[in-house]
Amino acid sequence: MSAKAVSNDNGHTAHGNDEHHIIPLATYFKIFGTLIALTFITVLASRFDFGAFNTIVAFGIASVKAALVLGYFMHLKYDNLMNRVIIGSGVFFLIVLWFFTILDIGTRLFPESPL
Amino acid sequence: MSTAKPAVPGEHHHAHHYDNAEHEYQSSKQGVWLFLCTEILMFGGLFVAYALFHHMFPETFKVGSKFTDVRYGATNTVVLLFSSLTMALGIHYVQVREQKKAVIALALTILCGFGFMFIKYLEYSHKFHLGLLPGDWYHGNLEEMAHELGGAKVPANIALYFSFYFMMTGLHGIHVLIGMGAIGWVMIRTMKGEFGPGYYTPVEGVGLFWHLVDLVWIYLFPLLYLVS
Repeated sequence: MSAKAVSNDNGHTAHGNDEHHIIPLATYFKIFGTLIALTFITVLASRFDFGAFNTIVAFGIASVKAALVLGYFMHLKYDNLMNRVIIGSGVFFLIVLWFFTILDIGTRLFPESPL
Repeated sequence: MSTAKPAVPGEHHHAHHYDNAEHEYQSSKQGVWLFLCTEILMFGGLFVAYALFHHMFPETFKVGSKFTDVRYGATNTVVLLFSSLTMALGIHYVQVREQKKAVIALALTILCGFGFMFIKYLEYSHKFHLGLLPGDWYHGNLEEMAHELGGAKVPANIALYFSFYFMMTGLHGIHVLIGMGAIGWVMIRTMKGEFGPGYYTPVEGVGLFWHLVDLVWIYLFPLLYLVS
């Protein structure tokens, strides 16, 4: 058995789970409060017409909420870089799929609905 | 995996192919993140298809979303966000060796799952009643639907919206059910005293899965209920 220890994000070495970063309860409650407030803002914003920006506003608020869930509830803020890269690569390739699909279909004309 | 109750809650010996407990924990968690990445790609296919058809038939999605009730959708959003909080609290209490509080937090999380599924049941039965089913099962009456909306014009291809509605919320609902089962599993193991500050990898992994289910709903809610 080697004595090599795994380095965590804080730069120091850890030998057991006891040294994991424990997020204080107050932080969880603050994040939860913010998420609820953002949900109300989402519903409120949908009652106003921003024209072409409607989808962008809804998606923007959803992404702020997603970032809070990923960062605090899923501990990514305190996690190692690898896990961030893994989830980021999923999102990146999703955007690639979306971009080229819209680019292709958005420049065509479809006269009829498939259903 | 031993079935005997550990002397100290969370006493755990890492598998021989890991250097130490931390190595085992980090490797297991990385595996969960890789799985979550495939989940994002699976739901992502539906999201891109949604973006595509919404772009082609904006009116269909706008009218279709009028058959959903924002109050139900918003309530379910709050229920899921609250369940994410209790899940995070559950992990926190395991981390600080407060077994009883951890079990209560996990039980609350499962209860929220039931609440979510009950509201989904109410929504689904209303749509089933009107014949608003996905794909070939759709048998809605356009006049009846126009009446439901107070005389608004209903596009002929409105079934397209309901296909997306049921496939996206259905796949998500299956994830909620699986998540509830997984949380039940770690809750029973927490009661048996198998987890503590030194070992809580399964609770962390199940928690990550549950938060992802919440994450998907955060996007589903505006997409399906608040289309403009």
